[in-house]
Amino acid sequence: MTGFLLIFLAAAAVIAALVGIRRARRVRDSAAVKTHSRPIYHGLNAAIWTGVPALIFLILWALFKGPIIDMLVLASHPGAEALSESEADLLLSEIRQVAAGTIFKEPTPEVRDAAVHLQFLESLAVWALVAVAAALAAIGAYVGFRVVKTRFRARHSVERSITWFMLFSSLVAILTTAGIVGSLLYEALAFFAKVPIQEFLFGLRWEPQIAIRADQVAGQGAFGMLPVLFGTFVISMLAMAVAIPVGVFSAIYLTEYAGARFRAVVKPLLEILAGIPTIVYGFFAVLTVAPLIRDLGQSIGINASPNSALAAGGVMGVMLIPFISSLSDDAFAAVPRAIREGSFALGATKGETIRKVLLPAALPGIVGGILLALSRAIGETMIVVMAAGLIAKITANPFESVTTVTVQIVTLLIGDSEFDNPKTLAAFALGLVLFIITLGLNLIALRTVRKYREQY
Amino acid sequence: MSQSATAAAPGRSPQAPVLWKSQEMADRRKARYAADRRLQMYGLAGIIFALGFLAILLTTLAFTGYKAFVQTTASVEINLAAQDIDRTDIREANWRSIFRDAVRQEFPDLSRAEEREFFKIFTSSAHYLVRDRVLDNPALLDGTTTFHIPLADPLDQFAKGEVNPDLPEDQRRVSNAQLELYEVLDARGMISQPFNWGLFFNADSRFPELAGLAGAISGSFWALLVCFLISFPVGIAAAIYLEEFAPKNRWTDLIEININNLAAVPSVVFGMLGLAVFLGWFGLPRSAPFVGGLVLSLMTLPTLIIVTRASLKSVPMAIREAALGVGASKHEVIFHHVLPLAMPTVMTGTIIGLAQALGETAPLLLIGMNAFITSPPDGIFEASTALPTQIYIWADSPERGFVARTSAAILVLLGFLALMNAIAIFLRQRFERRW
Repeated sequence: MTGFLLIFLAAAAVIAALVGIRRARRVRDSAAVKTHSRPIYHGLNAAIWTGVPALIFLILWALFKGPIIDMLVLASHPGAEALSESEADLLLSEIRQVAAGTIFKEPTPEVRDAAVHLQFLESLAVWALVAVAAALAAIGAYVGFRVVKTRFRARHSVERSITWFMLFSSLVAILTTAGIVGSLLYEALAFFAKVPIQEFLFGLRWEPQIAIRADQVAGQGAFGMLPVLFGTFVISMLAMAVAIPVGVFSAIYLTEYAGARFRAVVKPLLEILAGIPTIVYGFFAVLTVAPLIRDLGQSIGINASPNSALAAGGVMGVMLIPFISSLSDDAFAAVPRAIREGSFALGATKGETIRKVLLPAALPGIVGGILLALSRAIGETMIVVMAAGLIAKITANPFESVTTVTVQIVTLLIGDSEFDNPKTLAAFALGLVLFIITLGLNLIALRTVRKYREQY
Repeated sequence: MSQSATAAAPGRSPQAPVLWKSQEMADRRKARYAADRRLQMYGLAGIIFALGFLAILLTTLAFTGYKAFVQTTASVEINLAAQDIDRTDIREANWRSIFRDAVRQEFPDLSRAEEREFFKIFTSSAHYLVRDRVLDNPALLDGTTTFHIPLADPLDQFAKGEVNPDLPEDQRRVSNAQLELYEVLDARGMISQPFNWGLFFNADSRFPELAGLAGAISGSFWALLVCFLISFPVGIAAAIYLEEFAPKNRWTDLIEININNLAAVPSVVFGMLGLAVFLGWFGLPRSAPFVGGLVLSLMTLPTLIIVTRASLKSVPMAIREAALGVGASKHEVIFHHVLPLAMPTVMTGTIIGLAQALGETAPLLLIGMNAFITSPPDGIFEASTALPTQIYIWADSPERGFVARTSAAILVLLGFLALMNAIAIFLRQRFERRW
């Protein structure tokens, strides 16, 4: 239905544009004075008037129709005000099923009435949508055509609309951040109303599965995030232990030692590592790396867990190599030639120049890159979801299985989630922590990189 | 560097002349060049490690995945003309017994227990496959037709050499009776391994031999389409505003920092945004490609804005000034001259951004695009999976056949990514202008 309306609106806008252009041409040819705007602008103006108000209405409608109808239906059901949120949701889904004709048990008369009411509202909504959208388009077209005159500054009007659209578009980024912070905070605060915040921040036990049922009281410390955070830390450190040396050394080789042709071939190949979706790394970690590490552990007498931190961290490290390598590459390239040549002139070998001159000069850029990679490692999801464990444990042994913040978020939120369950809400609290950590790291990293760039 | 080294040399006052030809100095030089070579070796080792990992990753996937591109099938002849099928109600005919009677003719003298084993050789949905083909083409009812029926997963794996027949019977999923019957079928020339079109044209299924990517591919397509339709215009408009129109003040600084930060927010957080806002507050349908595309577009936007701004910046001032000089308005300058010149870079950036979005898994998992759905979506509001989430589902499935399918699905996904990146590189080399 919405699709048809969109096509209809697009068609109406095109027709309005064509009619507007014709009218403007007629006005231009018949008038004695010169018209301000070319006919195309009059056409565009008419099209904007026809399409945009109706489109905005359509979008608002799509966003708010569901909740409004739900509210009205619930209001029509006697006694619905007293229900809790989840009971209301249950009642609503029952009404919806009855309305859709898929009945599993005989509904109460109230539910049946509500279902009839729902059907009535749904059909009313469809007709209201069509009628209002059509009316808006018609009124818009009328306005658009009426203003076609020699003196009307259609170009200014069109450009103003475009500017508004551009302004709105640049605000989308702000709205997204606001949406992220708002939704995370809202749900996290709801969580802290159920579980005290100090329990969450300093608790040493993370067992969210315990509190699944409503009649079970969440055990003391079951939502302590420290073990989860520690697991994230362990896996990130393992990843950085792989990514930093490999990334920095390969950047050194590519910028300082490699010939142009070698560099032209190898650099894009390294970038491929960054382009491979993380789920592919995750599958590879489970399929190949984890069994390998298990065998390796057994051969040296260590009992490695099938989803060891080493497998997840190591594979994640490989994924991060191109980040560190290309950012270090930039940092090396930004060191002025003069500094390099000064060092050569004093008789230093290439290796000495790199270690004693280039590395210190490029260090802020490299550190910035490392911090960005660390923030990626902490926020990385699919590799750890597939390859890391579910049980939160405080251990620094890389052959043991640990869990991470992102793993917990995904396992807690996957499947049907209700928003009044501490399990679901805990995921949002973890999400808030994750967002704050990565945001902090990003801000520091970007600042380091920028400060460094101003130096030369 | 070398000076300080000399100065620190033992038993030598700063004034004394350096004996460059001495053995001590020769050793020192040697050590210094060795250190240089060592650094070079470390660098090379790093590159070899990274590229070696890439090579192992790709070959492993190719080796586990290539077998899923063929499917073991048995050709079964069914004489439908001999069956008493009500032509007004083809769907309700007893297809199970029609199919079983047909295959029974191959081995008419089996006992009941043996027969049960025999039927398990074929996929358990064989009769539906026959039915659907007849429904598509009722003319088949008038004659004898050969149907290619996929074998059940254990037999398929055996035919592909993944099952060791020397194992004790209770340690493999293929019984000895099935193996004997299979060998006879093979000797009669009924077994073949054609290209597995089902991988692309079937929707998901619990049975590996029937599971395909049709739903996932179309789900990903719709999600990417929504993502493109939103992020492309909004991203370009935002970039133009910030680069060309916005006054330089605290607000635009804030927007800029914001965009840079959004580009580095973990993808799973975008998924939580989608779950809480789009599903929770706005009540949009779960698992729908529309919501997936919406979330992906929010993720792609920052990258797209950054790319577009860079490409706008690279268009020389002279072009703007020339257009302004002949009387164009600021909008005309940008939309008639600057933007068209920046467009190739923007297109390249968009395609690369979409390729990234195609591989995103975590946000799609959170909005429920990992549901088990046995038909491709009809539109953007229907529940569906996407390619990466389908990989996730299959990777979690216990059946042996899904390992190969997962690798094959990954190969398909990587194929799409390679294609998109190739287009981007082509666009860049063909149209991009260097100023």
